[in-house]
Amino acid sequence: MATSTRPERTSGDAATAELHRHYLRQMLLMRVFEEKAGEAYSLGKIGGFCHLYIGQEAVAVGSIAALRPDDYITTAYRDHGQALARGTSARAVMAELFGKATGCSRGKGGSMHLFDAGLGFLGGHGIVGSHIPIAAGAAFAIKYRGGDQVSVCYFGEAAANIGAFHETLNMASLWDLPAVFICENNGYGMGTAVARASAVKSLSVRGTAYDMPAEAVDGQDVFAVRAAMDRAVARARAESKPTLLEVRTYRFVGHSMSDAAHGTYRTKDEVEEYRRRDPIKVLAERMRADGSLDDARWSALEAEVKAEVEDAYAFAEESPDPDPSELYTDVYAPEGVAKSEARGGEAP
Amino acid sequence: MTVVTYRDALNQALREEMHRDDRVFLMGEEVAEYDGAYKVSRGLLKEFGPKRVVDTPIAELGFAGIGVGAAMVGLRPVIEMMTWNFALLAIDQIVNAAAKMRYMSGGQFGVPIVFRGPSGAALQLGAQHSQAFESWYAHIPGLKVVAPATAADAKGLLKSSIRDDDPVIFLEGEMLYNLKGEVPEGEHIVPIGKAEIKRPGSDVTLIGHSKTVAVALKAADQLAELGVNAEVIDLRTIRPLDTEAILGSVARTNRCVVAEEGWPFAGVGAQVVDLIQREVFDALDAPVLRVSGADVPMPYNKHLEKAAKADAGKVVEAAKRVLYMS
Repeated sequence: MATSTRPERTSGDAATAELHRHYLRQMLLMRVFEEKAGEAYSLGKIGGFCHLYIGQEAVAVGSIAALRPDDYITTAYRDHGQALARGTSARAVMAELFGKATGCSRGKGGSMHLFDAGLGFLGGHGIVGSHIPIAAGAAFAIKYRGGDQVSVCYFGEAAANIGAFHETLNMASLWDLPAVFICENNGYGMGTAVARASAVKSLSVRGTAYDMPAEAVDGQDVFAVRAAMDRAVARARAESKPTLLEVRTYRFVGHSMSDAAHGTYRTKDEVEEYRRRDPIKVLAERMRADGSLDDARWSALEAEVKAEVEDAYAFAEESPDPDPSELYTDVYAPEGVAKSEARGGEAP
Repeated sequence: MTVVTYRDALNQALREEMHRDDRVFLMGEEVAEYDGAYKVSRGLLKEFGPKRVVDTPIAELGFAGIGVGAAMVGLRPVIEMMTWNFALLAIDQIVNAAAKMRYMSGGQFGVPIVFRGPSGAALQLGAQHSQAFESWYAHIPGLKVVAPATAADAKGLLKSSIRDDDPVIFLEGEMLYNLKGEVPEGEHIVPIGKAEIKRPGSDVTLIGHSKTVAVALKAADQLAELGVNAEVIDLRTIRPLDTEAILGSVARTNRCVVAEEGWPFAGVGAQVVDLIQREVFDALDAPVLRVSGADVPMPYNKHLEKAAKADAGKVVEAAKRVLYMS
């Protein structure tokens, strides 16, 4: 149910209003979904690490709206928002967080490893920066096959300090790969402020080192994200050239579920200050100003999204765990299992 | 049959598989214009062009990851590591990405990729260029680990590895590249996971792989002079291990020595010994012994280096002990 639709941008007020409603709905879905996930985590229904996307919604929504269904997306472990924006159902994402067989990775991935092959969603990766070359590999394959798809990679600003980022940007530019590297600069790598981790304060500057077009974008404004993404995608699709987008955003919650919203590394006032530019509020105000949103429409939208999340939660709760036999499947391709010593440590 | 070098056998496999399947490409340092650091890719750039034979910057982590991503969306990358010693820089991609992708995606994304290059010691290359990596990669569920000892196996196993739907760690040897051997003409495939009895015997089983196959065969010759009829098994694939071949042989000979180039602690031999004691304990007439590289970083000095390597003399001594001849 409730797979997201992807209205094309067409001329005309009605179409524009519908597109804006689509943005708002997706952002609100993420927000309500993440709040519910946080609640489920506190109840012990979700295990392990769980990194919420609250505050950064405009980045995934604005950028993924610029893509075609056959493009590829690779992301870091803060991946719930990207999966939902791409169209993985709230049910499949929530069920994955619950570790259920109906999850988008069949309960074997978890929060950090959401995958959806049908939507070109190449994961959910847990090692900071490790997926950046993987996204470039998808771009390499596009170019190899002579296609005009685009490969998009999301990562936090802290990943811009790791070798994989630099090696990849160099090769992507050297080989003219059709990729868009989206650095979601939320100000903190876990608890380390950008200024304490990066010699350059503006990460978009790093594109210069690799002769790669780059720009800094307001990540709280979904339209700004969409516009920058349109330029980057056009460059990739038409010219097979990569782009680095530094999208400046802010996470309103802790790094993961195990730390407080502001913690010891930032002040409550700072969080409150950024909350004034809540991306959902920014969009809603724009829509109210142009008359496409009013209280009744807002309430209806909110109710619709809450119902979708409640349905996803119930679905996740009621779904079965993976069968115990799943422990040993998917290690190798089915015909490749052969006589592995994989179970050698156990009594025959 | 024609006689070719191990190097050229690998070259034939690459050429044939690239002709057979246009999804196959070769990527790595110096593979194209330089014709390969060890000339395994000689002539391939000329034949297939720069799209399919891709020189990279010195960035093992980056191009290993690019290979993984390309494999996830349908290509068949062969990633050359100039030596496996350099692949330590890429091990996150090999272990965390390639090996785990199928599992953590619930079966949605396999990674059909071959990482290949020379492993182990050559001559006097020192501590950082002489390590054998079999046990490192064999430890990882999701990877297959192949280590051919002959030219024919080099060709047949590389072809199988390129066709395999899972990530394959393909370990060659700088000291093996010039080794000549008969290679069947035309299509020649050696399946992954099958060991081979190189020399049948009845008194003791000597197990090796890659460079230690020649070591074991030489030891068998020396043992023959002492009246001992040794059987020599080439594992060919470390993971999945051919348990039937190992157990069948030891059940017949009742004695076994396992030789490997790598270090002793948690080495391939330890896994083989575990298998044997677990499955055919009652068949054993003596404890299984292991011969390995010395438990030290590889020294540069040639006498020290020789002392650090597994050799036929050490295998003969171990065989005599399991035969209670010494």
